Amino acid sequence: MRTIPDISVEIRVGGSLGTLNTKPLIPFSEPSMAFLSELSKNLLSSQECRAYPDIAAFAYWCRAGNLARMSREFDGRFKRLGRGLTLHIAPANVPVNFAFSFAFGLLSGNANIVRMPEAKFTQSEMLCDEIARLFCQPTHAHVASMNRFVRYPRNDETTAAISACCQARVIWGGDSTIARLRAMPIPPRCVDIAFADRYSLCLLEAGAILECSEKTLSELAHGFYNDAYLMDQKACSSPHLVFWVGNAGQVEAAMKRFWSEVSNIVRDKYELQPVQAIDKFVHLCRTAIDLSGASSFISNSNHLYRIRLSQLPENIENQKGQCGFFYEYAAESYSRLAEIVGDRYQTLTCFGFDAEKIVDFIRDNGLTGIDRVVPVGKALDIGVIWDGYDVVGTLSRIVRGEV
Amino acid sequence: MTPPDLTSWLDHAPYSLRSGEKSRLLAKSLSDLTEWHRVACPEYARILDLIGCPQLPVESPERVPFIPARLFKEFQLSSIDKSLVFKTLTSSGTTGQQVSRIYLDRETASFQSRILTKIMGDVLGKKRVPMLVIDSPTVLKDRLSFSARGAGILGFSFFGQDVTYVLNDKMELDLPAVESFLERHSGQPIFLFGFTFMIWQHFYLALRDRGIRLPLEQGILLHGGGWKKLQDQAVGREEFANAMLECAGIPRVVNYYGMVEQTGSIYLECEAGHLHAPVYSDILIRDPKNFEHLAHGEVGLVEVLSLIPRSYPGHALLTEDLGRIDGEDDCPCGRFGKYFSILGRVAKAETRGCSDTYENHS
Repeated sequence: MRTIPDISVEIRVGGSLGTLNTKPLIPFSEPSMAFLSELSKNLLSSQECRAYPDIAAFAYWCRAGNLARMSREFDGRFKRLGRGLTLHIAPANVPVNFAFSFAFGLLSGNANIVRMPEAKFTQSEMLCDEIARLFCQPTHAHVASMNRFVRYPRNDETTAAISACCQARVIWGGDSTIARLRAMPIPPRCVDIAFADRYSLCLLEAGAILECSEKTLSELAHGFYNDAYLMDQKACSSPHLVFWVGNAGQVEAAMKRFWSEVSNIVRDKYELQPVQAIDKFVHLCRTAIDLSGASSFISNSNHLYRIRLSQLPENIENQKGQCGFFYEYAAESYSRLAEIVGDRYQTLTCFGFDAEKIVDFIRDNGLTGIDRVVPVGKALDIGVIWDGYDVVGTLSRIVRGEV
Repeated sequence: MTPPDLTSWLDHAPYSLRSGEKSRLLAKSLSDLTEWHRVACPEYARILDLIGCPQLPVESPERVPFIPARLFKEFQLSSIDKSLVFKTLTSSGTTGQQVSRIYLDRETASFQSRILTKIMGDVLGKKRVPMLVIDSPTVLKDRLSFSARGAGILGFSFFGQDVTYVLNDKMELDLPAVESFLERHSGQPIFLFGFTFMIWQHFYLALRDRGIRLPLEQGILLHGGGWKKLQDQAVGREEFANAMLECAGIPRVVNYYGMVEQTGSIYLECEAGHLHAPVYSDILIRDPKNFEHLAHGEVGLVEVLSLIPRSYPGHALLTEDLGRIDGEDDCPCGRFGKYFSILGRVAKAETRGCSDTYENHS
């Protein structure tokens, strides 16, 4: 087994880096599943943890039943083994994301070094505390020996030193971080999963919104709220463009119905900081100056800004909203998507459409973007298939025996 | 279209209009400016086209469309031909920060100083007074592109004579210069000007450390730039005034609020400790939730209105400061118009203000 040098970092959870056990396991190994399911149980039974919807979502995702389902659905054609040591560069702005990244690495059979966000979010600290407690238990000694959670200031030297020992890297961080990490020498067999800056949109069928029950409408609006507002539209899967399909009359009526419901929820639940209100206002002025297709602006309060587009520019992906700032376009069909979708497009959330049909549309038209088509409300549901990658597949290697 | 001529406003004394009349006159002139900038500045026109503009003239200043002050950091907003740019003002900003760029033609620059003269006359009288600038002369090196600090010093130097810098290039006390200045003007009123934080750091603390007390018993100290850095050291208005008395016997300390985007129309503190809006400008407080105009006493975002900007669309600007209107027409000091408090900047915004220009080298 290879050991790695004792690189100077702050260890948040686990022993020193020099003592890390980098010997891989098989994907969905018994120790990894046992560890995550117990972590899930402990988090869900703690009232303090459950109070945070993002911790609860993570805990719910790694519950025993869901792990078993993921394991069943995992490609069984080949025998596989983890690649070895994986370095995770977690995003700075999403508190629980590091835990998902860690779980992906663990389920793939790897040893993991997880670089935590520098900001000490309450949620990330609570998760680390819980993980540390489990690491101390003899039943999880094996998992503990293979994993470290570390902190160090943004520092290429440290990242490069760890990268030089890795068989895989999971990079959340946007285009510039990816470029920096790609410039570092890594072992020739090391694979990177790079989660770049992406752009996401929402596709709504006007007729379906006009016909749906009050209850469905309310669920839809809540789902949209979660997709867009929980992360201030800063998650890569949060929608910026709302693409309406229907005839003009339908669309107008459906917009009214949909947005008035969303607006009520937002006003109830969303806390807009004064600085965010100014940021949005500046962005509105920027849009007015720079985006020629912006034909009207609708808003009742600073919680929800809507920009109606008379035409859909090809580079609409450069127009990102923030804290509830949406661009809207209406057309008779979604075929126009074929002309605008490029490789930055990640998630399409939809209502009133058959997701499989949209997937076929993407494939038939050879679109270079859109990796996920999910119902409105599921934009942030991260999983082992993410950003177009089979993450566990990519983080493990095939060990093939031929007769 | 020609820009509106608002020079008749100079006929009004700075604090002479009561709320009703001021509001009516201001609404008309600000409407004229809105109309002018809409024709003259394409970016401004596009903003109004998208966010909407009420029928002009509007009946009250609250209805005048406003834009974020921060926009001047991102766009070169100007209502004049490039050939007419007489002076460019830039805001303060530490390294790496974007700075505002404000384009002035001769007329706007001149209107700025005429209005400032009216406002300052209220404090200093009509005669030029011997002046000490509590700063270093290096701030004025580049005469074509002034920083907010430089613009402030230069603007206020107009009211002084024998303008003398208290600090040298290294931001140290230049005692020989100060001593000979005091000999020349002994027994006379002295006008002192500087930025709040720098006065504290390089004047008060330096004098205290060296155990020196300057004889400025006839001094009037004007200072601005924000309290943020001093608040961190728990120094407020009162502590500051006491410190000035202690280190130099200065009996009158006047704070002001103003920004490079609306140079000229500054807000001076009165004897009762309130910041006052002169007739040429006004303050509105807006609710961050919907930008609606808030009643007196409520805390919200500060919008500043000014009659001066006609070479750039800066007559109605939403700042990133939080504030509160404390009253109108009824300050014990006798001045008419609104008086208000500035409660600091919104959390985590881009920093603004003169006192942030300076990096602490020590």
